[in-house]
Amino acid sequence: MKENEFEADKGEEKVRLIVDGRRLDGRGFEELRPMRIEAGILKRADGSCYLEMGRNKVVAAVYGPREVHPRHLQEPSKAVIRYRYNMAPFSVEERKRPGPDRRSVEISKVSREAYESVIMKELFPRSGIDIFVEVLQADAGTRTACLNAATVALVDAGIPMRGLITSVAVAKVDGVLVLDPMKEEDNFGEADVPFAFVIRNGRIESIALVQMDGKMTVEEMKRALEIAKKGAMQIYKLQREAIVKKYEAIEIEEE
Amino acid sequence: MNARRLVLPGDLVSTNPRTAGYGTFVENGKVYAKVMGLMDKTDNLVRIIPLKGRYIPSPGDVVIGIVREVVSNGWNVDINSPYPAFLPTSEKPEMKGRKMNDILDMDDAIIARVVAIDPKMKVTLTMRDKVCRPIRFGRVVAINPTRVPRVIGKKGSMIKLLKNELGVQIVVGQNGLIWLSGDRKKVDIVEEAIYKIEKEAHTEGLTDRITEFIKKRKEGLQNERK
Repeated sequence: MKENEFEADKGEEKVRLIVDGRRLDGRGFEELRPMRIEAGILKRADGSCYLEMGRNKVVAAVYGPREVHPRHLQEPSKAVIRYRYNMAPFSVEERKRPGPDRRSVEISKVSREAYESVIMKELFPRSGIDIFVEVLQADAGTRTACLNAATVALVDAGIPMRGLITSVAVAKVDGVLVLDPMKEEDNFGEADVPFAFVIRNGRIESIALVQMDGKMTVEEMKRALEIAKKGAMQIYKLQREAIVKKYEAIEIEEE
Repeated sequence: MNARRLVLPGDLVSTNPRTAGYGTFVENGKVYAKVMGLMDKTDNLVRIIPLKGRYIPSPGDVVIGIVREVVSNGWNVDINSPYPAFLPTSEKPEMKGRKMNDILDMDDAIIARVVAIDPKMKVTLTMRDKVCRPIRFGRVVAINPTRVPRVIGKKGSMIKLLKNELGVQIVVGQNGLIWLSGDRKKVDIVEEAIYKIEKEAHTEGLTDRITEFIKKRKEGLQNERK
């Protein structure tokens, strides 16, 4: 997964990504980037969320269940879910050509499939649920940031779900597994593995998405999963807090 | 009243599948919440009062809709739901050979009742009812459909309060649209009160606060007149 494909002529010169047992931004190996989540920021959407994950900035909006157009896409027994991942032209250093490309179409597809396992589609036959996520600023791991934002937006929209999706990536850089890689680690690292988990009642129930760019041994993969699980639980708490905060805020207002 | 906790989808709310109520689902003998909302738990029932969500029509509901299209045998009506509704000419009395556009035209608002939803999720409306009428005057206020029960109150207590205190005609559509008619200044107060109810729907002691709110605003109104 390359957030910025223009960079990184690997092997040209060895870049050291781990210095004195710390990462370039001073984080420990199993430490997340600082995160900020805000629910319900868009008035016209049924549910929305703004999320910052390090230097990633994404906005998610959820509409629906609503009528599906064009009509032939309707499913007689369940709702259709549409997920659109899009990067703003100014989200990366070199201007990205606007519009869907190979990468964003793929990310949209795998993310949608992750949500199809948790959203209770069968409750809304012939309708559609639209999820839009826009990347305003990218710094590696945008698909995980988008999934996290979309979950909060879906909950904010009141969509019935079997659990919440929380997503985080693990990378291998300089032979070490690190949680939640940033751009430098993603570009010059040896592997990058984004995970998405279904979390129910504070427990990880299943994996909704795994992808891998680069190479990892089986042992490393097992270890990466453990690290990712720990990171996901922290993000899950933040997602909950964001929603609780929005509905508590109303209660304080009235006093 | 026991404290109501905010729950999110997937939260465990009960271990007894017999108590599963609205807004929950059962898996492996355990009851989980499926929507975000407030948990209302008693000994033999757990239900989730949703805080957000779209209106899903059910037979018998009074709804307020807007005519979107006039077709040969009826009207297509937008009822603020994922599913479009249809009002056939046969369900509209006082036809008397007049032209369809003269009875109801595009963009007219109507109060109607849901009669049926077929398996294709096509919603049929009727206007053969006392409350049903085209809306020619007054004001329509939109709120989140999940807050409608709160605007009505227990056995209509909240709506009665608003009607008695201010003498305004109110019809609450289950789809979150509310029709108000009466003295303009009083309608203003009711509108504000409804938004207040919507905003604070999930808090306790709401009726008392609304009573006070109306009292205060009424005093303001009287002072203005002096």
